[in-house]
Amino acid sequence: MNPVGDVASQQADLIIYATVLMLIVIVPVIALTVFFAMRYRASEKERTYEPEWDHSVSLEIVIWSVPLAIIIMLAGLTWVATHRLDPYADLTRISATQPIDENVTPLQVQVVAMDWKWLFIYPEYNIATVNEMATIVDRPVELKLTATTVMNAFYVPDMVGMIYAMAGMETELNGVLNSEGTYEGFASHYNGAGFSKMRFDVQALDEAGFAAWVADAQSVPQDLTRATFEQLEQPSIDDDVAYYASVEDGLWRRIVNMCVGEDTMCMDEMMMIDAMGGGGLEGMPDAGMDHGDNAAMTGH
Amino acid sequence: MANPTHPAEPVDGFDFYVAEDEHHEPGTMLGFWMYLMSDSLIFGILFAVYAVLGANYAAGPAPSDLFEIEKILLATAFLLLSSITYGFAVITMQEGKQKAMMLWLIVTGVFGLGFLAMEVMEFMHLAHLGAVPGVSAFLSSFWFLVGTHGLHVASGVVWLVVLLIQVQKHGLTPANKRRILCLSLFWHFLDLIWIGVFSFVYLTGVLL
Amino acid sequence: MADVTNAVAGHSAEITNQVHWFWGKLSWDIFPFYDPLILGTFIVTILLGVSVVGFVTYKRLWGYLWTEWFTSVDHKKIGIMYMILATVMLIRGFSDAILMRIHQALASAGILEFLPAYHYDQVFTAHGVIMIFFVAMPFITGFMNYIMPLQIGARDVAFPFLNNFSFWLTFSGVVLIMLSLFVGEFAATGWLAFPPLSGLEFSPGVGVDYYLWSLNIAGIGTTLSGINLIVTIVKMRAPGMTWMKMPIFTWSTLVTNVLIVASFPVLTATLALLTADRYLGTHFFTNDSGGNAMMYINLIWIWGHPEVYILILPVFGIFSEIVPTFTRKRLFGYTSMVYALCVITILSYLVWLHHFFTMGAGADVNSFFGITTMIISIPTGAKLFNWLFTMYKGRIHFELPMMWVIAFMITFTIGGMTGVLLAVPPADYVLHNSLFLVAHFHNVIIGGVIFGIFAGINYWWPKAFGFYLDTFWGKVSFYGWVGGFWVAFMPLYILGLMGVTRRLSQFEDTSYAPLFAIAAVGVFMIALGVVAFVVQIAVSIKNREALACGNDPWEGRTLEWSTTSPPPYYNFALTPRVYALDAWQHMKENGAKAPTSGFVPIHMPKPTASGLVISGFMTVMGFAMIWHIWWLAALGFIASVAWGIAHTFNYDRDYHVPLDEVTAIETGRPVAVLAE
Repeated sequence: MNPVGDVASQQADLIIYATVLMLIVIVPVIALTVFFAMRYRASEKERTYEPEWDHSVSLEIVIWSVPLAIIIMLAGLTWVATHRLDPYADLTRISATQPIDENVTPLQVQVVAMDWKWLFIYPEYNIATVNEMATIVDRPVELKLTATTVMNAFYVPDMVGMIYAMAGMETELNGVLNSEGTYEGFASHYNGAGFSKMRFDVQALDEAGFAAWVADAQSVPQDLTRATFEQLEQPSIDDDVAYYASVEDGLWRRIVNMCVGEDTMCMDEMMMIDAMGGGGLEGMPDAGMDHGDNAAMTGH
Repeated sequence: MANPTHPAEPVDGFDFYVAEDEHHEPGTMLGFWMYLMSDSLIFGILFAVYAVLGANYAAGPAPSDLFEIEKILLATAFLLLSSITYGFAVITMQEGKQKAMMLWLIVTGVFGLGFLAMEVMEFMHLAHLGAVPGVSAFLSSFWFLVGTHGLHVASGVVWLVVLLIQVQKHGLTPANKRRILCLSLFWHFLDLIWIGVFSFVYLTGVLL
Repeated sequence: MADVTNAVAGHSAEITNQVHWFWGKLSWDIFPFYDPLILGTFIVTILLGVSVVGFVTYKRLWGYLWTEWFTSVDHKKIGIMYMILATVMLIRGFSDAILMRIHQALASAGILEFLPAYHYDQVFTAHGVIMIFFVAMPFITGFMNYIMPLQIGARDVAFPFLNNFSFWLTFSGVVLIMLSLFVGEFAATGWLAFPPLSGLEFSPGVGVDYYLWSLNIAGIGTTLSGINLIVTIVKMRAPGMTWMKMPIFTWSTLVTNVLIVASFPVLTATLALLTADRYLGTHFFTNDSGGNAMMYINLIWIWGHPEVYILILPVFGIFSEIVPTFTRKRLFGYTSMVYALCVITILSYLVWLHHFFTMGAGADVNSFFGITTMIISIPTGAKLFNWLFTMYKGRIHFELPMMWVIAFMITFTIGGMTGVLLAVPPADYVLHNSLFLVAHFHNVIIGGVIFGIFAGINYWWPKAFGFYLDTFWGKVSFYGWVGGFWVAFMPLYILGLMGVTRRLSQFEDTSYAPLFAIAAVGVFMIALGVVAFVVQIAVSIKNREALACGNDPWEGRTLEWSTTSPPPYYNFALTPRVYALDAWQHMKENGAKAPTSGFVPIHMPKPTASGLVISGFMTVMGFAMIWHIWWLAALGFIASVAWGIAHTFNYDRDYHVPLDEVTAIETGRPVAVLAE
């Protein structure tokens, strides 16, 4: 636990504070256990022995109130920290010594977890990459995440804690990397056969390095369109890093709404129809056909 | 151990052993109540699932496209009436009138079958429209909730038939009376669940 | 890029999804014997099975087993059967653990990946499912079954037949999960089978179906047993035993079974919904057509969190019995112990969301559930202090049960601390799904539940069989488990803090190898503990005459110690009357003597084979459903219902033990040896 990102280091500090706070109870309990076990063992005949002593109001008050006091403190810490380190909230500082610069907008990255690789789309630069992510040192990163199939979690321990990425949904994560280097990222929620190899590198670059990286990606003769996305979506394990020089307009919306394929209705449209009272009997996928057979049972 | 004989007599004012065979009041009714509580949790989950998914029509049919409230009302009437007739069965049972009780139970069973017939007709109607469970999350949760209730009623009817045979064979023994009371609880419980289904699924589905 | 078709679909692709009208999905390809590991295990299992069957046949024990055990409705025998089942499954689940530790140690060092991902994923899924459902649960159910009726002075549970049926339903779940090892495959989804991964689209094979049917059949058994034990406690306590004179283990049994009855139906419903998704094409948890996978995660943890307390609360009860007995002192703070149990019971329903802080709930929701979780540590902490002050000014006898208690108090405290740490949402963002989490829950389940089970076995064995357990092998087992636990799991805490995720089977970075190697050493120490435990039992049975003990070998305080060891099948010839908490201690202090005359005929339930038969049919139904053999499933279902109905036509379910027999047993005071 030696993170280089500000959020991750605050989370690491929090772990230490909470641990220290709890040790206030834990250490005496363990010490007393050992002490009492030694002191009152049966062979120590001269020790006081009070077989009927089973109650003490003052002691019970201490027993209940000390853990209570610790938990009240910890609860306060939890409330504050959970709100300050909310993954959805914009960062309030770059690092302990560096306030946020009002003029700098966070770097937008759209993350898609697939079986079993990561796709990163950079809307500002209109490029996309597979299994490699880059950020600019000290510039906040705002990640929007989704998945194409099963539940996933996105985790770059050096930058910020994890968040789930799920099909048909968009989650968000804000973080920052404070020094140059290459860091590890991976899927941290078990997602099937390719789980162990669903890893990627995160490069924290300076402005110039990042520009060069973007230029690299843009020079690749390969574009991310609905068609190439559908190819990419096919399950594969341990994919090499790949770049896409451009990204088709509106692709992210289609990914999140699970309608990259030609004849699938987008989730947002479907929800709109549902909110208006549904599509009626005509709205069914195979409306108008004979429903006498079992094919209808599967709904497809 | 050749100890002298110790009859179970009080020692120092404490009577440590109960001399006669202890008769515990049978816990069957309490146990059955607890079973019903656990079953109501299952229904609770199904209601909750319906609450979450009930408006996800997948751009397909909504309740207002499907439900025929008049027929549902009739089915509801069957079930409510069956609860009343079961009540009569219990009253006649308490009076020791076996024949009358069996008659009331048969009437109850017929109403139950009537309810089930209505439900099967509704399901067939939905299947004919193509509104099967696989179409949308709404239909999945609807079929599952109503179907689970229907299966309960069906097993209640089977139980009723079994009880009729047992009463015919053994008369109104304490064991049989207890069973009739258990089924009575079960039957009224299903009624209660149905009232939930009717108001929460059908009425709100048609009215809202 | 790896060969995807093989790795992705694994071998489930080879299992044809063609459904034959007679054989369902069964075919010759489903036996995974191309894998030398499975083939080896299969051969060993078959040899073991054949030798057990051969031994039983040779000794002509089938009749004895059938009449005295399988069809028995005696809560004590059912309790022992639960314990045996749990021990056997412990060995199975532990073998999975050894496999995983060796695999991770070798793979992280870049030496060898001997389990392909597809196989490794099944191993960790099976390990979790087996250890929770078929080891920890039967162990604690076994204790509750055996001890509780004795503690409240009852002759059996409220519904003896139902008790036998519950056991066989659990057994049915075990049969299905064991079959999955050799016939087809098991789920490769993790122990809670989160959709969409566990849905038909991403797990087309029979593995998840094995999971669903096994757990649902066993889960019904657990619910029924929960109802049974609650009614027993409410209705069948000895006269004079008011609520606040109930032994603390009985209290913990009561709250545990309340938790069971209030949570297992949620599991049943949730798994039924997933089953519908897989069999009927519904859309509860699918990605498309309006399904909502997050709902499954919520529902399963609404059951899953109380489940954690279902495991730990009875064990708290066990410790609360052992500490006073071995300190020769009253339990400190009985009343606050009871309230602590009740508070934990209620709070355990208000914390489920802490299992998925990282799913994207808002800060308010996350901190609410984080704080409710922390609040649970207050009553738990109070219990620890109560045990501590029970020891204070006592006379502590360090017999095996007490040694386990001390090991528990130290180990569990650490586990509790890491648990509270995980309840701080921002800390959980970092530690969730990591080996830190794995270390945490093993810390509380091994350091809490398993230590408690061993404490309880060493404590009550003399009561159940009339002789002590061997101390030497008991100590070997103790040091193996306790030492092994620390060596195996402390490295995992560190690895978790280093950011290593759970469930990895392939590694690029070899820097973790030393810690994985240490953890592997730990698992072999635990293996020593497991083996020593089996040896301990074998040696003790062999030396049972030398180890023979009296009725009250530990100077016990509760009613189970007032009857003989082992107790007669009717437990108490005359029902004891209770005047105080620690009823037996009070009786001893006031010179009560076991009556040797004045007996009456005793009303007892008759054995029945129905539980076994109906469960057998349900196993067939489950197997047929898994393999889509619809006709056989229908047959199994109809047969189990028909047998159930036929059972209700039997009104002749009880009898009276004749006075002569009671008098003979009570005055003969048979020498306590293992039932022969």
